[in-house]
Amino acid sequence: MKVGVLALQGDVREHIRALGDCGVVAQAVRRDSEIRAVDALVIPGGESTTIAKLARSFGVFEIIAERIASGMPVYGSCAGMILLSNHVLDAIEGQETFGGLDATVRRNAFGRQVDSFEVDLDFIGITGVPVKAVFIRAPWVESVGSNVQVLASVDNHPVAIRQNHILATSFHPELTADNRVHRYFIEVVCKESMKVGVV
Amino acid sequence: MAQETAKNNNSAPVTGTSRVKRGMAEMLKGGVIMDVVNAEQAKIAEDAGAVAVMALERVPADIRAQGGVARMSDPDMIEEIQRTVSIPVMAKARIGHFVEAQILQAIGVDYIDESEVLTPADYTHHIDKWNFTIPFVCGATNLGEALRRINEGAAMIRSKGEAGTGDVSNATTHMRSISDEIRRLTSMREDELYVAAKELQAPYELVREVAQTGKLPVVLFTAGGIATPADAAMMMQLGADGVFVGSGIFKSGDPAKRASAIVKAVTFFDDAKVVAEQSRGLGEAMVGINVADIPVPHRLAERGW
Repeated sequence: MKVGVLALQGDVREHIRALGDCGVVAQAVRRDSEIRAVDALVIPGGESTTIAKLARSFGVFEIIAERIASGMPVYGSCAGMILLSNHVLDAIEGQETFGGLDATVRRNAFGRQVDSFEVDLDFIGITGVPVKAVFIRAPWVESVGSNVQVLASVDNHPVAIRQNHILATSFHPELTADNRVHRYFIEVVCKESMKVGVV
Repeated sequence: MAQETAKNNNSAPVTGTSRVKRGMAEMLKGGVIMDVVNAEQAKIAEDAGAVAVMALERVPADIRAQGGVARMSDPDMIEEIQRTVSIPVMAKARIGHFVEAQILQAIGVDYIDESEVLTPADYTHHIDKWNFTIPFVCGATNLGEALRRINEGAAMIRSKGEAGTGDVSNATTHMRSISDEIRRLTSMREDELYVAAKELQAPYELVREVAQTGKLPVVLFTAGGIATPADAAMMMQLGADGVFVGSGIFKSGDPAKRASAIVKAVTFFDDAKVVAEQSRGLGEAMVGINVADIPVPHRLAERGW
């Protein structure tokens, strides 16, 4: 399975390292041909408005959206979660997303950098000690459709959600040595999506 | 898929940790941070794809031209920019001026730049940055200076260059110097690192960490004199994680176009075709001053110790 990390802007290196810790050699992908060549994609943390604009200017926006719509497994953290959601609140005028998740997220919902925090989080599907979750100017999920599963919440706001082949977290597991969220993506989300033959 | 309900046995949240401060800078990587002096410029920067803006009253080129003491910006002006854009807003405090930093934290800026572009408030001490919830970025001309700032709590480093000149030569020197010194450390024997730390005037623990990992423990951006997409791409090829552009954008003929071109050149810094495309038809670049023509006492990079 070839896994790509979308490398237009953001903490690409950290996701590649986290996937490497799970035994997956991931590649940074930016071009149309590179994006078409991967079986699964990770959209990193970064600035969602910048990543969307760059995807548009370099002509890869449609292919990413199409591949997600046709079932390619994808995981997004923070900015990645925003880019995977169908609706965004507190967006800039005309902000676009790749979409796929039947969810509404609110940008910078937890506040500015002064409010950024870390917390030990219970995460459905991940056993053992709680997940060390780092939230940086993080979004939260405002509402989800009935086909979206909420995997973790902070103060009743969903911060990790899954809809079949799409996984998204408000926080950044790639900033810690705990690679269980990436492992969950590879071993559960990717595997189940491929089993039902959507890839 | 079993529809379990997410439990809520989470621990209490903790703010202002090193991971949260340094992590914020990780999210800016591969991006361009632009100096802006008003809400209108901030909007142009956001529309061009900036990952953050630096709110200040005068860009370095004007500070240089007008002289006088340069201080922290008016909170009203910073708050207007915060209201206008949704991307992170940074602001500058004078070197050593911990009360300006307290004010910037109180109004909720996302990052504080303890900056040599402003007139220093303390010629001996920098701000004790561990005391703040808000992360700091600091300038450095070499590895020792970068590690001293990190030791004081800086969560991000930018090479200084020479702000307000449009002359990229000092940015090049500083980037090369930092990476040369890192490479030198990685080739040393363990027992040589003690003297290396002494020579760098930096804490041994940080020196050893750099020797082991081959990189700074925090994100490294470049600043000072970047005026064109080619300048920005060159800094990225020299190993910068991203760039600050100060006077280079809003002192040029077509700021919106130049801002967007620099953003794209940073993304595809290793693809000459893209950088070439982004270098076309940008109109007038900022006029610029050769760093060599500025007497040493007036060079901003000399500030900070």
